[in-house]
Amino acid sequence: MIDFIKGALLITGALFMLLAAVGLLRLPDLLTRMHATTKAAALGVILIMLASAMHFAEVGVVARSFAIIVFILMTAPVAAHVIGRAGYFVGSRLWSGTVKDELRPNYDPLTHELKSGLETQENAKRYPRDSDPD
Amino acid sequence: METVILISQVIMGLTLLLTFVRVVRGPSLPDRVMALELFSTTVVGLVGVYAIQSGVASFLDAAIVIALMGFLAAIGFARFLERGGPRDD
Repeated sequence: MIDFIKGALLITGALFMLLAAVGLLRLPDLLTRMHATTKAAALGVILIMLASAMHFAEVGVVARSFAIIVFILMTAPVAAHVIGRAGYFVGSRLWSGTVKDELRPNYDPLTHELKSGLETQENAKRYPRDSDPD
Repeated sequence: METVILISQVIMGLTLLLTFVRVVRGPSLPDRVMALELFSTTVVGLVGVYAIQSGVASFLDAAIVIALMGFLAAIGFARFLERGGPRDD
């Protein structure tokens, strides 16, 4: 029984990794490729580490497997965010079918300045408050 | 069990091949960094499977180190891209 579960976890994890690679190869631009790789590959590693934890079934090994799972879960989104941000600022082109790019009207690539979209003359004024020190 | 391990290793080898195609072809540097990240993740999976195959649990420590190196490489590449060094895609 446990062999069957282990085998199913291994094959499923490997297939999710293959899915990530196919997505990396087939999708049209950087952000969609990132969307394919980070989630599917992280899920694949999680399944394989669950299989190894079930195979050894000792406290130390299970703790190490779960350490790897937590590490992957914490670092994969951070790395994807950082690379996507750098790719946008470097100017990698989006797919021609992109519907919405909300960063574009608010970001100035020359000065590297980001607006919140609320900078009007009225908002720039400062009204004195009662709690201000004299 | 041996057959299942062999099949999953073959699938992950195929994953490495497909990822390598993107590393070679990728039109820009961020695409290649992304592919390298997937590379390191796949190698972590391969090391986990090899730990099961050989029965030596210490390989999982190597997997932790490989995951850490992949993450640091991604962060370093992203900082390099944003600072803007000499680029040749």
